[in-house]
Amino acid sequence: MLLKIKRVPAVVSNHQKDETAEEEEGEGCGRNILSKCCINVERLPLYTCKPAEENVTFLESLLLGEWEDRFQRGLFRYDVTACETKVLPGKYGFIAQLNEGRHLKKRPTEFPVDQVLQPFDVNKFNFTKVSQEELLFQFEADLPLEAGNSPSVVAINVSPIEYGHVLLIPQVLDCLPQRIDHKSLLLALHMAVEAANPYFRVGYNSLGAFATINHLHFQAYYLAMPFPIEKAHSLKITTTNDGVRISKLMSYPVRGLLFEGGNSIKELSDAVSNASVCLQNNNISFNILISDSGKRIFLLPQCYAEKQALGGVSSELLDTQVNPAVWEMSGHMVLKRKEDYEGATEEKAWSLLAEVSLSEERFKEVNTMIFEAIGCSAEEEEEELEEESSISGGFIRVNCCISVKEEAVSN
Amino acid sequence: MSITQSSASLFTTATEEKEGAFSARYSLWIKEALDELPHSFTITDPFISGHPIVFASPGFLKMTGYSREEVIGRNGRAFQGPKTNRRSIMEIREAIREERPVQVSILNYRKSGSPFWMLFHMIPVFGNDDGRVIHFVAVQVPISGRKMRNGSGCSEMVFGSCRREVCLGSYVHQERALPVECDEQELENWEHCEASESEKLKSVEAVGNVLSVLTRYSEFAGRLVCGKRSCLRVADCLSSSLVISLGRIKQSFVLTNPCLPDMPIVYASDAFLTLTGYKRHEVLGQNCRFLSGVDTDSSVLYEMKECILKGKPCTVQILNYSNRKDKSTFWNLLHISPVRNASGKTAYFVGVQMEASCKDIESKELRPETRQLSVVGAVRVAVRSSFMVTC
Repeated sequence: MLLKIKRVPAVVSNHQKDETAEEEEGEGCGRNILSKCCINVERLPLYTCKPAEENVTFLESLLLGEWEDRFQRGLFRYDVTACETKVLPGKYGFIAQLNEGRHLKKRPTEFPVDQVLQPFDVNKFNFTKVSQEELLFQFEADLPLEAGNSPSVVAINVSPIEYGHVLLIPQVLDCLPQRIDHKSLLLALHMAVEAANPYFRVGYNSLGAFATINHLHFQAYYLAMPFPIEKAHSLKITTTNDGVRISKLMSYPVRGLLFEGGNSIKELSDAVSNASVCLQNNNISFNILISDSGKRIFLLPQCYAEKQALGGVSSELLDTQVNPAVWEMSGHMVLKRKEDYEGATEEKAWSLLAEVSLSEERFKEVNTMIFEAIGCSAEEEEEELEEESSISGGFIRVNCCISVKEEAVSN
Repeated sequence: MSITQSSASLFTTATEEKEGAFSARYSLWIKEALDELPHSFTITDPFISGHPIVFASPGFLKMTGYSREEVIGRNGRAFQGPKTNRRSIMEIREAIREERPVQVSILNYRKSGSPFWMLFHMIPVFGNDDGRVIHFVAVQVPISGRKMRNGSGCSEMVFGSCRREVCLGSYVHQERALPVECDEQELENWEHCEASESEKLKSVEAVGNVLSVLTRYSEFAGRLVCGKRSCLRVADCLSSSLVISLGRIKQSFVLTNPCLPDMPIVYASDAFLTLTGYKRHEVLGQNCRFLSGVDTDSSVLYEMKECILKGKPCTVQILNYSNRKDKSTFWNLLHISPVRNASGKTAYFVGVQMEASCKDIESKELRPETRQLSVVGAVRVAVRSSFMVTC
């Protein structure tokens, strides 16, 4: 059974067109779609990661300076700083934004959501088709590039969620599909570390967890506020041989893992990559949030798209058209309807995210899979800790349609 | 006075400068009065770039093993280390940003590198006249480590090893820093170290004592401070958190408020003061026109005014008159742009100055134009969240 949902994709590039329209018109920036060399990387400024002592604010200045340049040149579909935003009253401080321009009033297209791993499709939009002006700079962990590796670039997201919203596209000309591999996640982690700003987060959406485009990319932006997920307490489960501490989130509507520590950036990154690859191979969609300048990484498995395809989500929630990608999972909600923005509350945000989360049982299963893949065992005590809801003191229990999921898997 | 003594007295050290800025707010002998308190505490100034420590008590210096000169001017982050809980660091950062008190157990490191757990209790101190945060006072109470919690569970976990029991058992009723015999590596690996009720009370008492001294000595100076905000912050006063964010930007720039009469400067970076030769109190509240003079092209001024009225960014090359010793003029490549806050409406204009002669000798890695625009970007990020206060 092929699971699909209908939704309107966010436009991240000015050259991204309606999927169905592609067959009729020429696409991309008008150049030969079979050619991979739509972009000229040589003309871009180049940033390579430097040892810690050198100019720490350089990446930030480069990114902000280039972004502001595109901002003033009108390359974005709207001025995101003109979008009203507020913190919802409550313990966690969910952040809501009224953004009517981000999602188009277009006919929704179909997205297959039951395959976390899908092969790259040259006929669909990908990042070799963005125009030169949407690219800000080339970003590499170190030079020279390994033989045969294409450059990695940072581009603007023309429908930004916040100021400075960029896309990191590892080895852009290699047209990697949207899936985590060790080298790419390490590059994304480097970017968070080099930015050296706890308010610059890097995020990843797998297919099925609301990635818009099946061409490997990470997203990042600045928001000088804490994300609710960053405030959640965590309970340590285990420590890997490389010193990476893995904890589970407590009293947060989404069940997820937190990775910290490690004897080096690479070891932290590899632990998360190993866990992600395990999820990918088991067809579990997930999001990754790299926060605290690369010191804390959240791994959040989800089942919302599947649930939606199987009709398990209330129409009320569907009407808000909030697609819980990594930013929403972290507590930053972009709302397109004024009534949703005016009426936004912590309770509503909580209940939306609770729908997205795996159930406790499923989460335990997934953790077992992950720890087996990473090669460590859970030290967690089997205490029955009551998971409190921060709002009413009662339970918010989530069952992620276990029976439905089994059905899907068996097909 | 010998030659060496007299030449030494000619130069104020950075430490003395910062301490001087602190004492200036209060009446004479404030430092001596604070020095008499037995507690470990620090006082920081959010209005100085980097939010540095401007006062450290003898108790703090003794606890951490640093000298006064090594501490004044540093940010509190300097005492954190690799095993300090990141979430606790975030809690402190957010309390500062929201200008509210916080009490959290946190692992810090002494000068020797050895770690220790302490209860960190910080409060904002407000100016009575303008309602803004003048300082943050932070008290540190060492934790004896009797109770430990792992994550959010409430169980009192007693570890099995004899060594730890010895460490804990004998010191159950004393509030001292952990004995040196305790394995430091274990200390670092504790997820959390809960302070006892008496330790928490100690921190409250200490904070109260420090605040009393500050209040008393501010009263004498005629500019009262207190622990609670007594009036709404006046419109042309930026929140301390916005000031802290702006203080990270190293280039010359100003923020002006178009909603106030004559669009005064409400923030000026240190680099701006160095470039123009003015003191901060001379420029705050003034319109930027004091930088123009006889030979400044009035058509350029007109162009700027038009852009401001239309709410559009613009870049102009304008002749400015400095207040530096030589009273020299300089060509200023000035970029101005409106900046919105969380409401989505324009709250300020930012003006970023670039001395034309510097254009060529800028860092070879970042184009000067990019650097100038990056200041605008950094200001946008800071201002965007500046009205986003939790209710």
